[in-house]
Amino acid sequence: MNWIAIRMLTGDAQKFYGLLFGIAFSTLLITQQLTIFVNLLERGSSGVYNVSSADVWVMDPVSRTTEVAYPMPSTALDKVRGVAGVAWAVPHIRASASVRTGSGELEGVSVVGVDDATLIGLPKGMVEGAPQVLSEPDSVIIDDVGATRMFPDESPIGQRLELNDQRAVIRGIADAIPSFTSQVTLYTKYSRALNYVPGTRNRLSFVLVGKAQDVSPEELVERIESQTGLRARTRDEFARDGVDFIIENTGIPLNFGITVALGFIVGVAIVGLTFSLFIRDNIKQFGALKAIGVTNGTIRRMVAVQAGMVGFIGYGLGVVGTVLFILGFSGNPTFKGFYIPWQVPLVSLVAIVVIIALTGWLALRSVMKTEPAAVFR
Amino acid sequence: MRDVSRDFTAGQQTIRVLHSIDLDVAPGELTYLVGESGSGKTTLISIMCGILWPTEGSVEVFGTPIYGLSDDDLVRFRLENIGFIFQQYNLIPAINAASNAAVPLIARGMDRQEARERAVAMMEKLNIANQADKLPNQLSGGQQQRVAIARALVHEPRLVVCDEPTAALDATSGRRVMDLLRDVALAEDRACIIVTHDNRIFDLADRILVLEDGRITHDGQSMPEDH
Repeated sequence: MNWIAIRMLTGDAQKFYGLLFGIAFSTLLITQQLTIFVNLLERGSSGVYNVSSADVWVMDPVSRTTEVAYPMPSTALDKVRGVAGVAWAVPHIRASASVRTGSGELEGVSVVGVDDATLIGLPKGMVEGAPQVLSEPDSVIIDDVGATRMFPDESPIGQRLELNDQRAVIRGIADAIPSFTSQVTLYTKYSRALNYVPGTRNRLSFVLVGKAQDVSPEELVERIESQTGLRARTRDEFARDGVDFIIENTGIPLNFGITVALGFIVGVAIVGLTFSLFIRDNIKQFGALKAIGVTNGTIRRMVAVQAGMVGFIGYGLGVVGTVLFILGFSGNPTFKGFYIPWQVPLVSLVAIVVIIALTGWLALRSVMKTEPAAVFR
Repeated sequence: MRDVSRDFTAGQQTIRVLHSIDLDVAPGELTYLVGESGSGKTTLISIMCGILWPTEGSVEVFGTPIYGLSDDDLVRFRLENIGFIFQQYNLIPAINAASNAAVPLIARGMDRQEARERAVAMMEKLNIANQADKLPNQLSGGQQQRVAIARALVHEPRLVVCDEPTAALDATSGRRVMDLLRDVALAEDRACIIVTHDNRIFDLADRILVLEDGRITHDGQSMPEDH
């Protein structure tokens, strides 16, 4: 009877494709929006994950994320270096500045000052040039997404910039995870960064710490906090802080939540209506089957098979659509590094199962209510 | 059936549409159930074949008190023992004629290919085997009706119930269908009940029951003079 159920479903091409469209569209909307949402949220932690070598980040107690940091006095570095279990500790500055390009345009940038000697604080990979280019005078490295934004039609290498009345020359392109705001990031040595950003009494944003082998990051965090009075976070904790900051301080979760909810509602509406119409059109046939001697259980299975088939194909199309979307936009800097976390298709699968179960149940009610005797009327 | 009554509720009003019907139908007999619209024919036939519960009374089909069965057993009983020919055929539009005719066998769990072969064999008896692969909407009304007859008989039921088989047909086609039904549906161990008010085919019946206002007012081999 399952075969008959499938033929009944596919035999009405208009409604079949309508159902597939409803499920596929709903899946696409939910999966695509959740994917963008999760990837955007993860960019709240990009500043942390771009510095993969630091086990612990130390900061002023009021600092919250890599972007929301209150400068510390430079003595903080020595305090941290004095804590047992610290293998190394280097200064790290992150600040905003305005840059004037060679063509005279003004652009807001994020300046990151990395340790002069070890260059710890730079992203791991380079798209062009080597980290050592920072040893050259006035040298800065631009992040790849920033390079495409600031110099869309020309190579940034060799471009001269003006930062706080200081000259800077781009000599390399870093392969970095873009920030949440996709702001252009310029990496340079710590000592040079102090000249590039407007001066305040305290300039040190973070102390990046590598742990000794015999201590865990969590233990080291406790030691640093108790001995220095500064705030310390493990890499993962601080990355999570960046994500939490976006969740708590922006309307993004609400906006994406509304879109996902709309996807669900659209799915329920389109699929529910189409499925109900389909069942209504076939109610006489279902009634005849009941009269002939097909049990309610078999009828339920038939409707479940129809709903399941529509759900399975529609969901597959929706996920494939999302994959194609991500692949199609992978060359766009805005979507750099975007991926579909495995949890997202799972969430949309649950949503689709709920849609299918809900609409299937509603449709089934009318079939179950149909008396076999109705076929004689 | 013994002392069968059936009530319907419309709002706060209860209407009795069948009044204490006593009826025996013998196998090998072509029985007509005749009456005006609203006389209770549909209700009676529905009760007779186990798809509508009587308010009072008992119904035995081939010795089985069918309304004493559980829901599932009653459904199974219908599948095993009763063949239906609906007035509007109620064929499934998306499957071909042979598959439509095979539905009762498929519902019984028979392999689809085997069920189809048996359905085509039945369609051969009805001279429409050459239409086996066509969808219902590719068939004429008469061909669809034959497919519906094939579906009713394919599982060799012991009771065949037929609702207004000639209602949409002209006199010649109507007689042809009735001849066909006599040929293929009637058997020694099979009863055939036909609901009709088509007086053009009354002469083909073995027995005619006239129903008026929920009561059997005539039971004979021909129609009463005053009808």
